[in-house]
Amino acid sequence: MVATRKPATGRPVNGKHNYKVIGTRPIRHDGLDKVTGRAIYGADIKLPGLAHGAVLRSPHAHAIIKKVDTSRAEKLAGVYAVITGADMPKADNREVDLGEGAANLKWASNNVMADDKVNYRGQPVAAVAAVDQNTALQALGLIKVDYEVLPAVRDVREAMAKGAPVILSGLVGDDLGKKVKNTNMARHFRHEFGNLDEGFKKSKLVVEHEYELATVHQGYIEPHNATAQWTADNRVTVWTSTQGAFAARRQIAGILRLDDSRVKVIPLEIGGGFGGKIPVYGEPVAAVLSRKCARPVKLLMDRKAVFESTGPTPGGTVKVKIGVDAKGKMLAADADIRFESGGYPGSPVGAGAMCVFAAYNIPNTRIDGYDIVTNKPKSAAYRAPGSTHVAFATEGVVDEIAEKLGMDKIDFRMMNSAKEGTRRADGPIFPKIGHEECLAAAKNSPHWKSKLVKNGPNGKKRGRGIASGYWFNIGLKSVVTISVNTDGTAALVEGSTDIGGSRASIAMQAAEVLGIPAEDVRPVVVDTESIGYTDVTGGSRTCYATGYAAYNAAQSVVSILKERAAKLWDIKSNDVDFKDGVFFNKSDAELKLTFKQLAKKLDETGGPVSATGSVDLSAAGGGYGIHIADVEVDPETGKTDVLRYTAIQDVGRAIHPSYVEGQIQGGAVQGIGWALNEEYFMDQQGRMSNSSFLDYRMPTTLDLPMIETIVLEVPNPIHPFGVRGVGETPIAPPVATIANALYDAVGVRFRQAPMKPGRVMEALAGKK
Amino acid sequence: MVEKVHVRTTLNGEPTEFLVYPYQSLLETLREVIGLTGTKEGCNDGNCGACTVQVDDRIVDSCLVLGVEVEGKKVTTVEGLATPAGLHPLQQAFLEEASLQCGICTPGFLVASKALLDREPKADEHRIRHWLAGNLCRCTGYDKIIRAVQKVGATSKPARATAAQATAKRRPAGARK
Ligand code: FES
Ligand code: FES
Repeated sequence: MVATRKPATGRPVNGKHNYKVIGTRPIRHDGLDKVTGRAIYGADIKLPGLAHGAVLRSPHAHAIIKKVDTSRAEKLAGVYAVITGADMPKADNREVDLGEGAANLKWASNNVMADDKVNYRGQPVAAVAAVDQNTALQALGLIKVDYEVLPAVRDVREAMAKGAPVILSGLVGDDLGKKVKNTNMARHFRHEFGNLDEGFKKSKLVVEHEYELATVHQGYIEPHNATAQWTADNRVTVWTSTQGAFAARRQIAGILRLDDSRVKVIPLEIGGGFGGKIPVYGEPVAAVLSRKCARPVKLLMDRKAVFESTGPTPGGTVKVKIGVDAKGKMLAADADIRFESGGYPGSPVGAGAMCVFAAYNIPNTRIDGYDIVTNKPKSAAYRAPGSTHVAFATEGVVDEIAEKLGMDKIDFRMMNSAKEGTRRADGPIFPKIGHEECLAAAKNSPHWKSKLVKNGPNGKKRGRGIASGYWFNIGLKSVVTISVNTDGTAALVEGSTDIGGSRASIAMQAAEVLGIPAEDVRPVVVDTESIGYTDVTGGSRTCYATGYAAYNAAQSVVSILKERAAKLWDIKSNDVDFKDGVFFNKSDAELKLTFKQLAKKLDETGGPVSATGSVDLSAAGGGYGIHIADVEVDPETGKTDVLRYTAIQDVGRAIHPSYVEGQIQGGAVQGIGWALNEEYFMDQQGRMSNSSFLDYRMPTTLDLPMIETIVLEVPNPIHPFGVRGVGETPIAPPVATIANALYDAVGVRFRQAPMKPGRVMEALAGKK
Repeated sequence: MVEKVHVRTTLNGEPTEFLVYPYQSLLETLREVIGLTGTKEGCNDGNCGACTVQVDDRIVDSCLVLGVEVEGKKVTTVEGLATPAGLHPLQQAFLEEASLQCGICTPGFLVASKALLDREPKADEHRIRHWLAGNLCRCTGYDKIIRAVQKVGATSKPARATAAQATAKRRPAGARK
């Protein structure tokens, strides 16, 4: 069951199946372009007559825009167009479905270009297109904006306080179904099951704590970019880095008030997204500039703007209370989750509520979720959005209960583990899931079995922590078309952004069905006019759902090819079988053709063969991960080093094990950054004071050990190859894992993230 | 009125001339003036390493160097790593070890790693981590990048390093704007 770290390319990692392609490690199809600098990312696009744009952003976190004077900017030589909120089409007040969450179009429009009010610092208030970047920037300096500055609301506590400034005057909050006005609370919902009071009454031990997390950013290295051309026939073409060309199209069309089909989105290579490149930012703005100056317009965001006006994932509070009986069986659990949504509603609190108790089987539960508007950038999805927050709380409380009961950390979790048939607190019943398998593998892992020397050099203290994490994964819509080439290879057309090797894992699933090597399937990601609707690369759905579509397309190709073979052999297609890449006559073993041989005969058997697979999947099968960390704390400085880190995860089926491990390692490291360093520093006025990679401190090579991975395969019963989502689960456990390790090291339970040196020093001082 | 400056340089082994405004960074020069977009921009302020290129014996963040500064110098970008004979061993190792996910950081890591191995082919894990600490990758957690560099280092022949390369230094030049 355990994939070894580095088998040679081409060798299956798992002896338990007979797949030829799945489980091997071919070189990704787009790799060559990416190591030679040839791959074209969003910022690399060049077009004839291209104008360069720049965006003027609000210096205030909360202000009314009284007047924008663009007259001097317009007169500057080399300026082609200047726009403000007044130039944006008035979007409807309706919601569009983006696959992962919905977006109110008026707010979405205001978020890319404010009209009468700014709700966060960095919000666009005007934009310029000019002959070059320098001229565009110069023109921004000539735009005069009169603001009436309002007090800023910086976090969920301030936003919910009595007398807090109301950020969105039009907001009608939903408080358990009741409409509320004059509020920053967009939504309060509840999931309730069983009898909570009864459960707590029967409990022998109840532990309750509130946890708090700072706002953090996805931190993709490629800033947002958008190039748009609005042509005279009222059609808009957009070149951009996006996690979903179709989701971008829908948002752009919605904001521009055009039919979807009038917008064509051409996805270029993307330099990371992690959920943050699902929303559009510059795309509609570039389009409106283009309409005004009748040229293609390119907008590149700078890093400061990326921090100040995109992402982030919300800060907030999570209160968790769990009760257990004398034996340690969980009887009741209560959660209160409050996330800041930023300047407009729509935090991932709903997802957090789905994850908070998903690792355990608890008969009586209640979960309250709050979506709260604050003067920060509108929050966006970030890898298992909400799950890291809630795992920090739940796994901290779980760790404490296990300790108080004197139980082994893994045994306690195992005893209460969710399994097939367990009801998740918000409703769904689990199919076969792999949490127990992960716990067992953790217990068996070299890391957990190794001995940790608690005292490090120079008075440093060491500790080991463990935590579980969950992500539900999504399914949704994907389309894949496969065409057979007469040289025996296949072309695969898909609409899923390849953010980290998915071309390879999709092509491999098709290759497995077709019985040809992965290299013989050539995958290409195309624009919104060249493939059917495909949802975003997000929700850990791509390898699962687009892979499923590729499987379906390949199956159709096989059945067409059977007909072709039947024609050649003059038999019924029912009499043709296909196995291991060979078509053969069931009743005459002599008659057989490989895929390659048959492909050569397409022209004589009826012409080209291509087929499309299309899926709309409602469920995906949840993914669990268990992480183990050894940390070393320097009591002199409060700095925490991660000495050893192991991530165990049930992935269902590892299609390309290297990229599965890569997802797990990358997610774990983002979580380590979240745990130890990353946060938005907001000043009194609600301005971010660390909006650079120097001051927003993401992990570097030097901050980390190798990340050990243990990949488990508990096949997902609803996918032909057993695939579960992989990419998001690994960011759920790390913050809790590090907190539990810190407790083991220094005896303090940290309930605020990040657990930065200053906070560690304070805690150590308080202990003395 | 600021005028463009005529600059002569050797870019990826070829004599190259271009006109550039004195305020344009080397990164902008490469990408916008010359049209080599393999070198990436992640921050434009010297904090991510996506724009790493080699100028003579030093690797620099090209966003912190001016285009006019490479007059008379040798510049190597990611586009200059492969030869007609094939990929540089590091490029091959990055492919085999799955050292890239989105790939935006890859050009910077390749140029920086090459400079290290040219100088210290047997660099150990800590040395590699120390050397590459100026290059951010948000996707991989670095594990597979470090392994690829170690792999090439372990199989490299020390003789490959030339005298000039052997003195390559980590990141200096770039005057902060
Ligand atoms: S672009 Fe980030 S260091 Fe130059
Ligand atoms: S591979 Fe995406 S930033 Fe390194």
